[in-house]
Amino acid sequence: MDEILHGTYEAARLIVTLDRDLLEIIVLSLKVTLTAVAIASLIGLPMGAWLAVNRFRFRRIVIAVLNALMGLPPVVVGLFVYMMLSRSGPFGAMGLLFTPSAMIIAQVLIITPLIASISHQTIRDLWAQYHDLLISLNATRGQRIMSLLWDGRRALLTAMLAGFGRAVGEVGAIMIVGGNIEHATRVLTTAIALETGRGNFAFAMGLGMVLIAIAVLVNLAIHGLGRTERSSVW
Amino acid sequence: MPTSQGISLPAGPAGPAALGERAESGRAASILPLRLRGAMARARGKVLIGPIDLDITRRGLTIVMGPNGAGKTTLLRLMHGLQRLSAGEIIWSAPQSQVRDRQAFVFQSPVMMRRSVLDNIAYPLVLHGVARADARAQAAEMATEMGLGGLLDQPAPVLSGGEQQKLSLARALIRAPEILFLDEPCANLDGRATREIEAILQKAQGDGTRIVMSTHNMGQARRMAQDVVFMYDGKVHECAEATGFFEDRPKTPEATGFINGDIVE
Repeated sequence: MDEILHGTYEAARLIVTLDRDLLEIIVLSLKVTLTAVAIASLIGLPMGAWLAVNRFRFRRIVIAVLNALMGLPPVVVGLFVYMMLSRSGPFGAMGLLFTPSAMIIAQVLIITPLIASISHQTIRDLWAQYHDLLISLNATRGQRIMSLLWDGRRALLTAMLAGFGRAVGEVGAIMIVGGNIEHATRVLTTAIALETGRGNFAFAMGLGMVLIAIAVLVNLAIHGLGRTERSSVW
Repeated sequence: MPTSQGISLPAGPAGPAALGERAESGRAASILPLRLRGAMARARGKVLIGPIDLDITRRGLTIVMGPNGAGKTTLLRLMHGLQRLSAGEIIWSAPQSQVRDRQAFVFQSPVMMRRSVLDNIAYPLVLHGVARADARAQAAEMATEMGLGGLLDQPAPVLSGGEQQKLSLARALIRAPEILFLDEPCANLDGRATREIEAILQKAQGDGTRIVMSTHNMGQARRMAQDVVFMYDGKVHECAEATGFFEDRPKTPEATGFINGDIVE
């Protein structure tokens, strides 16, 4: 109980005093996660819509694999990205290992299937509703996908938020490919893991509370921007 | 058993001039008449409709009638291209590439896009390359003509049934289609909304749009039809001018029973 109270106090102290190290970690966490969510959304949202409107051989298998990839173990992704980016790997010459870029790549791999799968389910339902109309209006395949993405935008925010939630709390993959290097690749989750290992439970608790607060604030901000819950029938 | 072989609806005046007052300048030759020859639709090995021979000429208002399951909706969808043709031919009078853009379809259950009334009506124009501002201006004009002028910024899904069907009509008519297919557009509407929809359709027909509409409503059929296609069991049983069909009596017992209000299964 003392540690929880101490953690709360520590979190408040870190925030009130605008601790420079903490701010640096928060900024890097947000930078890595939001970039990963943006890239994964650019890939996953059209992919989900494309899967919803197109019929092709092995479509069911592709969707089943996509759904299975939602549960991809982050540590395995981290290992895979590490091997790809390490000096002896195919992309070793790019020198990305132990940089925020490597962390973004790992997070994109983890959350793209999640965003694509949720958006596929959302768009599939909308497509069932719009199918005859869009065919009747002679919309091209690209126009159909764009219309579905636009009209489903509020529901698709849920897919993006799910991706954000998974990415911001992820530790296994980014620890492996980022290395948790101070002032370089240390983010909130890896810092919490480090402080817990050191026995600094109060400080780790404080970081955890900051992490939760950030997750909640970003969710609220996106809901606010998307005007979700204001136009319930849309 | 009567068949639909070689039945042709009364031909309208020939040539592009027959389209009357409609703003057709600059448009390619008419896509009508439309001819169906031995047209059939199948699904999972079962014949849904056909074989059907039918001519849809350039002018008029055709009502497709028949009991549930007769194939009215499938026939309309087949002509519009929403239902795959399994056998036979559907022959338009213009190249296939021009056909889809010059026809429209109104569904029994209105499909409301998750947009405002204005953006729903403007949507077909935007799809076909009209600048958004111009499309919205034209849509606003059309909405006002349809009595939806006060609802432009409302989300379309919250409209009443009658308003939704009027929106569907506005969206279908915004590109001045040469032929408009309607699948029981007034099935779920009250008398007032039905009257408004009928007035819109008669105006559209007056403006040169060929109308082919299915209905269960005998009163509506008598009020609106110029030609009647009576379907039964997936086939066209009768095809006649409306006055002859309703006043001189149909030729088949199924059609006679149907217009007498008997239960035709």
